[in-house]
Amino acid sequence: MATIAVPQNLVYERPDSFTDTPTHYCPGCTHGVAHRLIAEVLDEMNLASRTIGVAPVGCAVFAYNYFAIDFVEAPHGRAPAMATGLKRVLPEAIVFTYQGDGDLASIGTGEIVHAAARGENITVIFINNANFGMTGGQMAPTTLPGMKTTSSPNGRDVETQGYPIRMAEMLATLDGSGYIVRRSLHDPKNIRLAKKAIRLAFEVQVRGLGFSLVELLSTCPSNWNLTPVESLKFVEEKMVPYYPLGDYKVSPAVSAAKI
Amino acid sequence: MARELWEGNQAIAEGAIRSGLEAYFGYPITPQNEILEWMSRRMPELGRAFVQAEAELGAINMVYGAACAGVRVMTSSSSPGISLMQEGLSYIAGTEIPMLLVNVMRGGPGLGNIAPSQGDYNQICKGGGHGDYHPIVLAPASVQEAVDLIPVAFDLAEKYLNIACLLLDGSIGQMMEPVELPPMREVKRKDYPWATNGAKDRARRVLTSIYLEPEDEEKTNLRLLRRWQEVQAKEMRYKEYYLDQAQVVVIGFGTAGRIALSAVRAARAQGIQVGLFRPVTVSPFPYERVAELAARAKVLLVVEMNSGQMLEDVRLAVNGRTPIEFYGRVGGMVPFPDEILSEIQRVSRETPKIVDDPGKAWMKRMDAAIK
Repeated sequence: MATIAVPQNLVYERPDSFTDTPTHYCPGCTHGVAHRLIAEVLDEMNLASRTIGVAPVGCAVFAYNYFAIDFVEAPHGRAPAMATGLKRVLPEAIVFTYQGDGDLASIGTGEIVHAAARGENITVIFINNANFGMTGGQMAPTTLPGMKTTSSPNGRDVETQGYPIRMAEMLATLDGSGYIVRRSLHDPKNIRLAKKAIRLAFEVQVRGLGFSLVELLSTCPSNWNLTPVESLKFVEEKMVPYYPLGDYKVSPAVSAAKI
Repeated sequence: MARELWEGNQAIAEGAIRSGLEAYFGYPITPQNEILEWMSRRMPELGRAFVQAEAELGAINMVYGAACAGVRVMTSSSSPGISLMQEGLSYIAGTEIPMLLVNVMRGGPGLGNIAPSQGDYNQICKGGGHGDYHPIVLAPASVQEAVDLIPVAFDLAEKYLNIACLLLDGSIGQMMEPVELPPMREVKRKDYPWATNGAKDRARRVLTSIYLEPEDEEKTNLRLLRRWQEVQAKEMRYKEYYLDQAQVVVIGFGTAGRIALSAVRAARAQGIQVGLFRPVTVSPFPYERVAELAARAKVLLVVEMNSGQMLEDVRLAVNGRTPIEFYGRVGGMVPFPDEILSEIQRVSRETPKIVDDPGKAWMKRMDAAIK
């Protein structure tokens, strides 16, 4: 990397918890933003040397290429189970999963529900972009009613294809959940709020206060057939109304910790 | 240590604990529930990891996670549950990390029943999950042998970065026998150069089973195969009984082999020159030893509690040079020693012929017997 001549002019640099690797994500996709927020939090909390990430199957399958920490790659949907195995034998480690909506809300519903129900002391970063990105834009459980995808070409018909699942709200009903929130990545203000939530989720784990999950509303310009800017607008105007932003579970223990 | 009366499943669980097991993840299924139950009490009191998962899918992937951390880890299940675990087993094989699977077979296919069976020989020995890989499969014929094979299985898994499987059936899992358990050894976490346990003062590590470039996946497959060939060369285990001068060689593994031994002894008391070959490693299968025995025998009699799954491996070893006969009970039925004795008497009396598939004549005899 080039070094900066005048340090006080530095406004942006790669977090230490990142490797020097360009990502494979499409232009305008917010995976890169989500990755960066996690890396910044790991830097700020000085957690990198004891953190193990669990990558999903989906667009983030290669997340382990970008973080300068130990990483494992889970079967589709099973990241919370793998994270459970890691955390139970390495209780001092910080273990997080990074999962998309096909991974977490479709094939992996059993694993995520029971990890939360057990109050498994792990952190989950959940990317909701309303479709299966890696396989080419098929309908996901999170696809909005009427939304066109390659497997709902006439728009999602809730009569035959069911209704979207609001995972944050659902998981918040479980007593094992410590901290469950939904944020969005569609503008700088919301990105800052998302980072605060990710920080808090990791703080919950460091303090052993139970299961933490941050759902991030995200873009998928390639599969949505929208420009990056139009995609951000789509999140703001279509997704936020269906998936309201907010704190769905802040357990009494988390509140009392005053993090 | 003194010999004590133990139920098979509990002895296996306690044997694994005393062999340095650090983590157990499982899901209830008959006939192996006593392993999960024993672990649920013992592991927490020893400060070791235990989780009853939401399903076998969760259990095997918890094993996967703990195995990535480089600890001695196991799960146990029975036929339908083992089917559900195949996804995770394939990933674990592809990631080249060690684990122990205790596989207590029951009658199938489908929901089947909870009676003892050997119907899952092919499933575990020939892969089960997707991709090119081979689990190391050890088939005990008694509770003591099961207990003795546990540390062996852990060591093999860790030496060859492979899945090791203890393959038994519900009868060994649930019967009580006098057993000498090993002394408690302390948990020794090995410092594996691949374990993902936090990149403190070292380069980061990644464990994965994905190799997007076919060239890399081919290299990985060949690496697995090379290790497998080393297992085949060095780790073959079997037991031989009365095989000097034997004209009739009975071949059976696990419970079928044990029942056959009673029949062999009864037949020898009648003057029949018969012996027993009992493979302990059914994967890798001892092809060469079976071929040597076949070369000097008049006939081989394969006995199984399935429709002839190991029979195919015996046929492969013998390659049409010696007559082979088959006797099996299926669907959770267990043969009596008398049934096998009359088969030994029949094959020693008749002039055996080399046939393409010994299973066809067996089916005709079964049809007649069951009517």
